[in-house]
Amino acid sequence: MTAAVRVEATQRPVLEMRHISKTFGPIRALQDVSLTVNAGELHALMGENGAGKSTLMKVLSGAYRPDPGGEILIDGAPVASGDPIKARAQGIAVIYQELSLAPNLTVAQNIFLGNEPRRFGVVDRDQCNRRARQIIERLGVAFSARSLVSSLSLGERQLVEIARALSTSARIIVMDEPTTSLTSRETERLFEVIATLKAQGIAIIYISHRMEEVYQLADRVSVLRDSGYVGTLERADLNASRLVSMMVGRDLSAFYRKDHRPPDSKRQVALSVRGMSDGRLLKNCSFDLHHGEVLALAGLVGSGRTELARLIFGADRRSAGELELDGKPLAIASPREALEAGIAYLTEDRKELGLFLDMSISDNINMGVLARDARAGGFRDFAAADRRAAKAVAELSIRARSAQANAGSLSGGNQQKVLLARLLETEPKVVILDEPTRGVDVGAKSEIYRLIDNLAGRGIAILMISSELPEVIGVADRVLVMRGGAIAGEVTASAGEPLRQEAIMELATGAAQK
Amino acid sequence: MTDRMTDRTSVTTTADQAAVRSRRLRTAFAALGMLPVLVLLAAAFQLINPRFLTGTNLLIVTQQSSINIVLAAGMTFVILTGGIDLSVGSVLAASAMVAVLVSLVPDWGMLGIPAAILVGLGFGAINGLLVAYIRLPPFIVTLGSLTAVRGVARLLGEDTTVFNSDLPFDFIGNGSLLGIPWLVIIALTVVVLSWLVLKRTVLGTWIYAVGGNAEAARLTGIKVPLVLLFVYGVSGLLAGLGGVMSAARLYAANGLQLGQSYELDAIAAVILGGTSFVGGVGSIWGTLIGGLIIAVLSNGLILAGVSDIWQYIIKGLVIIVAVALDRYRLQAGART
Repeated sequence: MTAAVRVEATQRPVLEMRHISKTFGPIRALQDVSLTVNAGELHALMGENGAGKSTLMKVLSGAYRPDPGGEILIDGAPVASGDPIKARAQGIAVIYQELSLAPNLTVAQNIFLGNEPRRFGVVDRDQCNRRARQIIERLGVAFSARSLVSSLSLGERQLVEIARALSTSARIIVMDEPTTSLTSRETERLFEVIATLKAQGIAIIYISHRMEEVYQLADRVSVLRDSGYVGTLERADLNASRLVSMMVGRDLSAFYRKDHRPPDSKRQVALSVRGMSDGRLLKNCSFDLHHGEVLALAGLVGSGRTELARLIFGADRRSAGELELDGKPLAIASPREALEAGIAYLTEDRKELGLFLDMSISDNINMGVLARDARAGGFRDFAAADRRAAKAVAELSIRARSAQANAGSLSGGNQQKVLLARLLETEPKVVILDEPTRGVDVGAKSEIYRLIDNLAGRGIAILMISSELPEVIGVADRVLVMRGGAIAGEVTASAGEPLRQEAIMELATGAAQK
Repeated sequence: MTDRMTDRTSVTTTADQAAVRSRRLRTAFAALGMLPVLVLLAAAFQLINPRFLTGTNLLIVTQQSSINIVLAAGMTFVILTGGIDLSVGSVLAASAMVAVLVSLVPDWGMLGIPAAILVGLGFGAINGLLVAYIRLPPFIVTLGSLTAVRGVARLLGEDTTVFNSDLPFDFIGNGSLLGIPWLVIIALTVVVLSWLVLKRTVLGTWIYAVGGNAEAARLTGIKVPLVLLFVYGVSGLLAGLGGVMSAARLYAANGLQLGQSYELDAIAAVILGGTSFVGGVGSIWGTLIGGLIIAVLSNGLILAGVSDIWQYIIKGLVIIVAVALDRYRLQAGART
């Protein structure tokens, strides 16, 4: 009898998202996705980077308005979409990866931020603290409502976020990769809290890339791929290989390079990386990169790929590890020294970390070689700069009004080519490309692939970070997979058999350990 | 058929020409910057008082603006990197004190000039070291040195005014070469040299790069701390030069009063000149025009018989309105 009641309670859908599509101009971010979440259920949402999970959750939280035709129902009643305040009032709360707490305020103040209990028009601090204490007790956690958030650990801060969600009587809580920055003890603590929330009938949508967690927590798992809904698995049907194939299963498109160079023992090692650690995320990363090779560094967002690249490039300080270039030990303490040694790095964030948007295309291309080209007395050689710029614009077919136009006036693809041109002007032996085709149109993409192929053909060693598996498969000769700050394994193409997406995904998510 | 073809070609050509023309106009307007404002102000003052546009008065205006333009040139370097130097008025006072004190040494009086400039460079270098290597915020570092260096300036003369009626380099403040005051010649030389450094040297391009995107500059291999040290050094050095000019003009220096709030006029000149406060965008020619606008306003309002109190109010409003217009103009021609 009791059991039957319980089943009925958990089968009641609290949230229904029906036929949700979302387009941004020509880009389709979500296509006809439907999702049903029951009360007291933990519903995991999985998919590759860029599959549409975050967009779907932003539609749910009201940050985005879905395209006409889609609707969101809570307890069977339609909800006004595209309104974050109404969504919150309806009981939807989202806990983002980047925590949004004010560190210099107390736990209680943060819980009620923007929603303070008032008396006579002023914040009622006693009530604020009292209610915060009640909520914290409900979560069964150890810190006080009066503690400053800055004194809490990351895990505790996450619990404050959850407490904030409870203060608005949330009934659906979205957690986006909540354990990314937590220690294992904090993770356990969070899982206990999640169990408490579920027992109180709160539905949790849990976005995660980690198989172990999904196995441990999920009542059901839904998978998104390429902006569309693939399917939902019940807990009883969970199966690693099935999940992985649901996440990746798609055909390779034709526009990647064709001539894969299988690993070749005769090829010289260009860069040897040994025991790289940063004292935070990265643990003891070692690998060899050969001349003329395209080595992909795959892994999920947050697995430490960019961190490792920046460490090799000298952009961040390392706590341990050694580098050798062409057999000679390298002591690199800054990007300048890396560039002088012949290692170049293309950033994943071209606007924030790469381009000088208010400077000309020519200046942007020449920025790394100004000193090399300088005339006596430190004066610039503008003729040389113009020559280099003209050559790069022609070779990489950068489409611009003139080389004197501002870099900020270019499209994403052309901006990326400007950065590539700058990098090539330094005549590197080793090139690290961090998401080289992110935010780039298809035309520029295939041009960038051709360039990568061309560079490898000239004997340059290339380390490419990419979150797009088809790109990794299509471009790389060999794939290193990172997980949790360490190199989880290597995927190599064997004779006649191409690189397998499934193998990469298994290493990246930890499914292979099962 | 042929006719229609030609017709269409000519239509596109006219449209293209119109586009080219409007783009040229916009570029020209962007290059001119605040020059139209300067011309309009001068014309307005000339209407109010015909004595404004006389040779003598214009010499007075340029002479009055020269020290501010020298300070503003240094400030341009600093603001181009996204920083600020609030200490230039105090550094000018301390340098002027040193210039006068050294000038009193028998036979070696001319050494007052290099001594003052070196003192300025020294203070600038301290600012630069703190900003570049200790990574303190420029506003806070130079706010501190604004006060501390003011104290040093007072200490140098034991809190009195120091005089030298027989100043060996008084020609700088009161002499002329071919009818042009030395003050003006120095200011123009500083502007031209600044232009050479900013637009013609590798270091100049690095200054723009650091101001435009410091992290990108670092990842491109630019020695960002060295660039920062340089710009604060230049600002200090030019404040030292300003101290020499000021001492030479007055035959005296006072550690307490000299150079009070000069930093504000220098900043105003840079901003009026269209240099972006966040760094990376701007030119020394703009600063020259900005400095002249401030001098024209002061002089013109006096000639127009406006009371001292209203001069302050009008000057402040003109600065705000001019910069607002500039923003509007730049937005209209922004990245397309």
